[in-house]
Amino acid sequence: MNNLFKIAVRNLLRYKRRTLLTASLITIGVVFVLVFTSVTGSFKAMMIGQITDSMLGHLQIHRKGYVASIDNLPLNLNIKPRAYQKLTEALKAAPEIAAFSPRLKFGGMFSNFTETTNIRLNGVYPEREFQTVPLLTSRISEGKKTLSRGEIMIPTLLAKGLKVKLGDAVVVVATNVDGSVNGKQFVVSGILESATGPGGRDGYLHIEDAAEVLRMPEAEISEVAVRLKDFSRLPAAVRHLEGQLAGEVNKEGRPIFEVHSWEQLSPFFNIARMIDVMTFFIKIMLIAIVLISIMNVMIMAVYERIREIGTIAAIGTLPGKILSMFVIEGFCLGVLGAIIGDIIGSAIVLIINVIGIRFDFAQQKDLLLTTTLAPSDLLVISAIVIVVAVLASLQPAFKASRMEPIAALRHV
Amino acid sequence: MSLIIADNIHKDYQVGDVVVHALQGVGFEIEPASFVSFVGPSGSGKTTLLNLIGCLDKPSAGTLTVADTDIARLDRKESAAFRGSHLGFIFQDFNLLPVLTVYENIEYPLLMVQNVPPAERKERIEKLLAAVGMADQQDKYPDQISGGQKQRVAIARALVTHPELVLADEPTANLDSQTAYAVINLMKRMRDELATTFIFSTHDQKIVGEAEVIFRLEDGSIVAKEMKGGASHE
Repeated sequence: MNNLFKIAVRNLLRYKRRTLLTASLITIGVVFVLVFTSVTGSFKAMMIGQITDSMLGHLQIHRKGYVASIDNLPLNLNIKPRAYQKLTEALKAAPEIAAFSPRLKFGGMFSNFTETTNIRLNGVYPEREFQTVPLLTSRISEGKKTLSRGEIMIPTLLAKGLKVKLGDAVVVVATNVDGSVNGKQFVVSGILESATGPGGRDGYLHIEDAAEVLRMPEAEISEVAVRLKDFSRLPAAVRHLEGQLAGEVNKEGRPIFEVHSWEQLSPFFNIARMIDVMTFFIKIMLIAIVLISIMNVMIMAVYERIREIGTIAAIGTLPGKILSMFVIEGFCLGVLGAIIGDIIGSAIVLIINVIGIRFDFAQQKDLLLTTTLAPSDLLVISAIVIVVAVLASLQPAFKASRMEPIAALRHV
Repeated sequence: MSLIIADNIHKDYQVGDVVVHALQGVGFEIEPASFVSFVGPSGSGKTTLLNLIGCLDKPSAGTLTVADTDIARLDRKESAAFRGSHLGFIFQDFNLLPVLTVYENIEYPLLMVQNVPPAERKERIEKLLAAVGMADQQDKYPDQISGGQKQRVAIARALVTHPELVLADEPTANLDSQTAYAVINLMKRMRDELATTFIFSTHDQKIVGEAEVIFRLEDGSIVAKEMKGGASHE
């Protein structure tokens, strides 16, 4: 095998310019794919992080049917205290859960005593909410990073629109489940930067204040946001929780709860899927580049070396060995292109991080893109290039191995 | 026992709509350790016959036995294996592999065809390099040596596997007279030392003059067999 490699490498060196051109073409393809994968992958990971860690949580649990009407924030589909008690026990027993935060969500009117507008609010236990969505505190652009009773955090667009500042008194008016209206005065303790996605323009108040506004003797729960210890195990965690909660049924024997991952709750998931599709097609392009360039160069190599093929076949070289010689040449070209591409691609990713690319995404401004390149990406892309290089060499190599020595020796 | 037995061999080629009868009922026997030459004008069938003996082609009819093997029965892979173990080739254009050095060219069939162990390989190559006078050129590549030197390397490559039979198609055609005689003498010496049979297809009178058995071909048939110091058979 070493000798086959030696001959292959020497044949590649024999046509240095052609080898260099082909390897360069593969290198450019690898670099393009690596940088694209890194930038889009990092953008995707960053946006998912923003969405899950500042608003949604990794997954959410609702009363069955709530998500279908989630835009209405239906109070009649809240989880009752007894059912929430059972849910709490199940969540505490689940080893994959790092934290969870119950929320009482409702829509209401927000007034600064001169102007009034509508608002969506989350009643939360502040400590548990901050543990479950740790980036929420980073969205507090003004004010303290805590929330006490009688205080409210409002989105920045609302604060600007109604010219409300920190410390101002405001009133929240809401209709409860029975249809009666109630109001309560709050002090603005924080201004929240908007974030893309559902809940990105919601206000926050203490859950007990929310229950008071809605005239609930004990807080009911609209949703429970859950943070996992290991985000990569999200599908397994969803399956596990669904299994755990499947036993909790109502009087009609139907399940009480429904579990949704962030993917089912955020429209960004569709953008993430589009990014994946684009990455897939970029990889297809890389495959095409490698396939065409290697096949082209190997067809030329076979054509140029017909007499040599005839000679080694006449000497007694078995067809399989002749095939291996050419396949190894393609393999070496693939390895060369992949290694150089990996090095240059990694360097470009590093340079992007040193330069620091900043961008705006919807309401979020001046986000810093930190690109990363996973070793698995390098390995997968290199493996694709090498496998395709070998496959592209197969046809010319097969042709060489099937060549009649007598015809090959006659070739001029 | 004869090394080669050809019995009523025919070889036909289809060229467009025309069938060319390259060999027509050729029969002969060649003994081991002989120096044999097929001579004749272009198109007489010399090279075709050499290709058949060299297991590079198959007869259209008749039987050709080389080293007790009916070569018509061999498939592609078996033919390659047979050539690798029993035959050596010397080509008119030398056909050395340009990416291998002189040493590596001679080593090639031992390494890639016969899998000879390293120590034995080295011994055989060095012996042949010395015999063909190329020991001091062993690290050079084919494009760094002369035509005569290339042919000497080609002879060493053909002999290194200790074949029973070496087939040489116009081995001196691209050599000057002095180099051609040196090459012929080298082959005779190798024949004497290794008991190898050499078969030539040639126009070159220098080789014909040195051959012990000469078959004359015309229009695909053997028209005469001459033996040195013996009678000529029509």
